[in-house]
Amino acid sequence: MTVIMLTSGAVLLLTCLAFIAFEVITLRKGMVDGLMTRSEIIGVNSTASLAFQNTSDAADVLAALKTDPQVIDACIYDENGHVFAQFPSNVAASAFPSALTGTGFHYTSSSLAVYRPIIQDGHALGTVYIESNLSPLTRRYHAYALLALAVIIASTILAYLMSRVLQNQISQPILALSETARAISRKRDFSVRAVKYSNDEAGALTDAFNEMLAEIQKLSSTLEQRVEERTAQLEAVNKELEAFSYSVSHDLRAPLRHIDGFVDMLRKTSQDSIGASGKRYLDIISGAAKRMGALIDDLLVFSRMGRSEMRRTTVNTDSLVAECISEMAQDLQGRAIEWDISPMPEVNADRPMLKQVWVNLISNAVKYSRDRSPAKIVIRSREAGPKEWEFSVKDNGAGFDMQYAGKLFGVFQRLHQNEEFEGTGIGLANVRRIILRHGGKTWAEGKIGEGAAFFFTLPKAN
Amino acid sequence: MNNLRPILLVEDNINDVELTLAALQQNNVANEVIVARHGGEALDFLYRRGTHEQRKEGNPVVVFLDMKMPKVDGLEVLHKMKNDDQLKMIPVVMLTSSREEADLVKSYKYGVNAYVVKPVGFEQFTEAIRQLGMFWAVLNEPPPNGH
Repeated sequence: MTVIMLTSGAVLLLTCLAFIAFEVITLRKGMVDGLMTRSEIIGVNSTASLAFQNTSDAADVLAALKTDPQVIDACIYDENGHVFAQFPSNVAASAFPSALTGTGFHYTSSSLAVYRPIIQDGHALGTVYIESNLSPLTRRYHAYALLALAVIIASTILAYLMSRVLQNQISQPILALSETARAISRKRDFSVRAVKYSNDEAGALTDAFNEMLAEIQKLSSTLEQRVEERTAQLEAVNKELEAFSYSVSHDLRAPLRHIDGFVDMLRKTSQDSIGASGKRYLDIISGAAKRMGALIDDLLVFSRMGRSEMRRTTVNTDSLVAECISEMAQDLQGRAIEWDISPMPEVNADRPMLKQVWVNLISNAVKYSRDRSPAKIVIRSREAGPKEWEFSVKDNGAGFDMQYAGKLFGVFQRLHQNEEFEGTGIGLANVRRIILRHGGKTWAEGKIGEGAAFFFTLPKAN
Repeated sequence: MNNLRPILLVEDNINDVELTLAALQQNNVANEVIVARHGGEALDFLYRRGTHEQRKEGNPVVVFLDMKMPKVDGLEVLHKMKNDDQLKMIPVVMLTSSREEADLVKSYKYGVNAYVVKPVGFEQFTEAIRQLGMFWAVLNEPPPNGH
C-alpha cells in the first residue's frame, strides 16, 4: 500500500511541476507580448507629437495607460535618448533608465520592463518604455500552486482508498491461507481446507494449497496406518519376548535348583559311600548348576535393560560414582587401591541404568587389578566436542590384548579363564546396551599386564 | 507364642516340596507343614472344604505360596485371601522363581507380606527357608485365631 501511495504521489507531483513550469513560461511570454503590443500602439500614436515636439500630446497618449492598474510607469524618449514624456507625471525623470535603444525587455523580481523604438518611414524618432508589475503572474502562480495541492491531496486520498480495496482483494485470501496453514501445523489436522474468496490468481493459489493438503492428508493417513500396523507387530513381538523371558526366569531356574538341592542332599545322606571322587563330581554338578543359574539371571537383566522404559533425570555423576564405590565395600576389603577421581559433570540419564554402567566399570577395574598393590584406578571426564561428555575408568590391572577389544562388549564374551577371574561376561554387554540407549558410545583400550581403560560418552543435556 | 500352628506350603512341583521340607527340617522348624499341590487345594484347606473338610479349626501361622501353578495360581490365591475377612490377616510369603517386576508389583498390590525369590544354590535356598521359618513361624506374632 505504501508503494502504491508513493508512486502515485511522485507521478502527480512531477506532472504538476511540469504543468506549472510550462504555464510560467507561456505566461511570461504572453505578458511580454502584451506589453510589446501596447508599447507599439503608444509608439504609433506618439509619432506626431514626437515629430512636432509636442510633450503634452505625448503625455496624453501615455496617460491612457492609467486604465491598466498593472503599469507602474512609462516614458517616451526622444531620438537623443532624453525623456520626452512620462507617466505618471509625478515621477522623477531620473527614475527611468537612460539611453535605451533597440527592442527588448527585462524582468526584475517584481516587475517587467519593455522598450521598443518609435519608427516612422524607416527613421527612429525615439523609444517607448513601459514598466509593469507582475501581480497577474503572481496571482496565477498562487492559483496553480493551490490547484496542484488540491489535485495531489485528492488523488492521494483516492489512491489510498483504491489500494485499500486492492489490498482486501489480494491480501485477504493470502492472509486466510497463511492462517489456515498455521492452524494445520498447530492442530495437525489435515482435513481443514482454506476458504476460496475469488476466481482470480489468489483463488488459484487457494485451490493449489487445498490440493496439496489433500495429498498430505492421504499420505499421513496411510503413514499412520502403517505406523499402527508396525507398532502392533512390535508389541506382539515384545509380548512374546516378555513371555519368553518370564518362562526362562521361572521354568529354567527351577530344575537347576532341584539339581543343586538334590546333589546336596545326596552329599549329606551318602557321605560315606560316594568316596572322594564321587564328592568331587557332586561339587562339579552343583557348581555348574549355580553357574547356569547366574547366567540365566544375567541374561534376564540384560534383556530387561533393552526393554524397560527409560526415565531420564538430571544425575549428579560425582555422587553416583561415590555411591557405587561405597556399595562395593565388601570387594574392597583388604585391598590397597589408590583412587584418583576428578570432579564430573551432571548428565541427563536414567539413574538406575547409569548406575549399572558405573558399577560394572568400577567393579571390573577393582576385580582385574586385584594382583596389584597398590592398585590404581583413575576416573575422569572431559568435554568431547560441543555436544558430548566423555567418561573413562582406567586401572593398572591385568589389561587385555587390543586384538580382542571388539569382543569385550559382547554378551558372555570373556577374555579371561573363569578360574583366573570369575564372572559371566554380561557386564560390559550391559554397559554398551545402556550407553547406546542413552545415545552414547563405548570403547576400550588396554595392554596385557599394564591395565585397561574403558570409555563411554553421553550427550549433554540439550 | 503360637502353640505351633501349621505352616501351609502351596507348591505344585514335587521336587520343590521335598527340598523345602528338607530345608525346614534341617533348620529345626517344628511346626507341622501342610502341603497343598495347587491353588485350589490351598483354598480348600483355608476354607475347610473338600478333602480338608474335617481338618482342625484355626488358620496357619504363615502361607508359603508358589507363584506359578496350573489352574489357580499363586496370585489368585493371594487375591482371594486378602479379600476375605477371615483370611486376610494370615501372613503370606510369595516363594517363587520369578524375579519379574510385574509379578512383584502385583503381589504387593494384592497385599503380600513378603516376596522371596528362591535362590538356585541349595545352600542359599536352605538359608532362605531357615530365615523364613524362623521369622514367620517363630519370631513373628501372628494375628490371634478367630479374628
